[in-house]
Amino acid sequence: MKIVVKNYEWMKEIPPTPLSRPGPGSMGMTGRWRAERPVINYEKCKKCGMCWTYCPENAIVFSKDEGPRINYNYCKGCLVCVEECPYDAIKVEREVVEWEK
Amino acid sequence: MGEVMILTGNYSAAYAAKAARVQVVAAYPITPQTSIVEKIAELIERGEMKCEYVRVESEHSAMAACIGASAAGARAFTATSAHGLAYMHEMLHWAAGARLPIVMAVINRAMGPPWNIWPDHIDSLSQRDTGWIQFYVESNQEFFDTIIQAYRVAEDPEVRMPAMVCGDGFLLSHTYQPVHVLSEKEVEEYLPPYEPPFDISDVDNPVTHGNIVLAEAVGTQVGYMEYRYLMQVGMLKAKDKIKKAADDFKRMFGRYHGALVEEYRTNDAEVVMVSMGTLAAQAKYVVDMLREQGYQVGSVKLRVYRPFPYEDFIRIGRRVKVLVVVDRNASYGYCGISAADIAAALYGEKNPPLIMNFIVGIGGRDVTPDMQAELFMRAFKALEEEKEGFICEWVGLKGD
Repeated sequence: MKIVVKNYEWMKEIPPTPLSRPGPGSMGMTGRWRAERPVINYEKCKKCGMCWTYCPENAIVFSKDEGPRINYNYCKGCLVCVEECPYDAIKVEREVVEWEK
Repeated sequence: MGEVMILTGNYSAAYAAKAARVQVVAAYPITPQTSIVEKIAELIERGEMKCEYVRVESEHSAMAACIGASAAGARAFTATSAHGLAYMHEMLHWAAGARLPIVMAVINRAMGPPWNIWPDHIDSLSQRDTGWIQFYVESNQEFFDTIIQAYRVAEDPEVRMPAMVCGDGFLLSHTYQPVHVLSEKEVEEYLPPYEPPFDISDVDNPVTHGNIVLAEAVGTQVGYMEYRYLMQVGMLKAKDKIKKAADDFKRMFGRYHGALVEEYRTNDAEVVMVSMGTLAAQAKYVVDMLREQGYQVGSVKLRVYRPFPYEDFIRIGRRVKVLVVVDRNASYGYCGISAADIAAALYGEKNPPLIMNFIVGIGGRDVTPDMQAELFMRAFKALEEEKEGFICEWVGLKGD
């Protein structure tokens, strides 16, 4: 019996286990996965920040002055924000894709 | 050197974790392992051991907590048996794939049903392919010494693989023997603090571990298969590291239990018995007994099962006539698990020895020295009858 040992010079350049550093969009524009779109009604919004707290994708940007803003490039449309909004200020719209003919 | 204490195998493992300056223990009780982690909890409570003890709701979580601790750079330890080990299965793959040098004491116990708490090796051998280094020990002293050696091997930058140290349930776990216990200070030079390859606790430079890696290697990127090959490289390199860890241990503390295998009176032996764990300790006694009667017999303790010491078996196989491979386990529908690996190692040899594989002691059935002597006698009879090849048989069944 013999176990062939291959060249593994390349191993010196990689960590022993894969590592990734967080950054926006390493998996591409995940907003494309969205089937339904949360839309904030700013007349009802009290800028409480609950949607920002609960968004599992960090796709909601929040400032005290302007309130929440949804980044649709990365919002996957899970609608957790709709569920959590205490003022019913986020409505759901069907995502419609216009195909080129 | 050290202090001699009268300890069970389990207490011996607990004191070894203390001597190895383990920083995090996460464990869940299961017979016959429980008193390892009970003892550790007691040592921490009494202030004799500086360690974070994490109480978890299952073995799956125990291993997950060890993985987190090890990834954060701590020296992590846990212990389990049988069903607990099986429940950890998914996390065992994770620990190995993430290259985390966790050391775990496994107290070997049969799997149910039928419900059984006594020893056989099927629990840990079922985890053979998860990427864990596997040691099998024959005495409480070897248990203590091997846990310390296991950390040194597992944490080696060229290895970085987790290790399980397996001892037979009750035969070691609940049997008292004198053990030379080393202190943390005495072990420090042999086992320096663990140096993780990266600092996961740096919150300014956060990293995700074990992210998705695609199948193909594209450009400068490597793929999943390359990461898996690195595990193979780490495991193969572990062989020399295990030898060195055993040699250095002998030099510093004066005790040696073998490296990957331990040979006993094999030099001029015609028939050699291969076994793991406590069966190997008893085999030495039987060898002495038969040597007195003039039989040329020897014993090989298979101390490290992964990485598999196939070179040792080729070397031993070239000079003996019969290998009696005693498996305290069975792969249903085939043969003993270690015998299949030994046979593969000897494939293609010009005059391979006859391999007689005996399945014994399942679920703690007693294996007596007389029975082992009888297996040696059967090997001599097979030699007279000029038998060749590979024969597997369950022995010690009702009606035998």
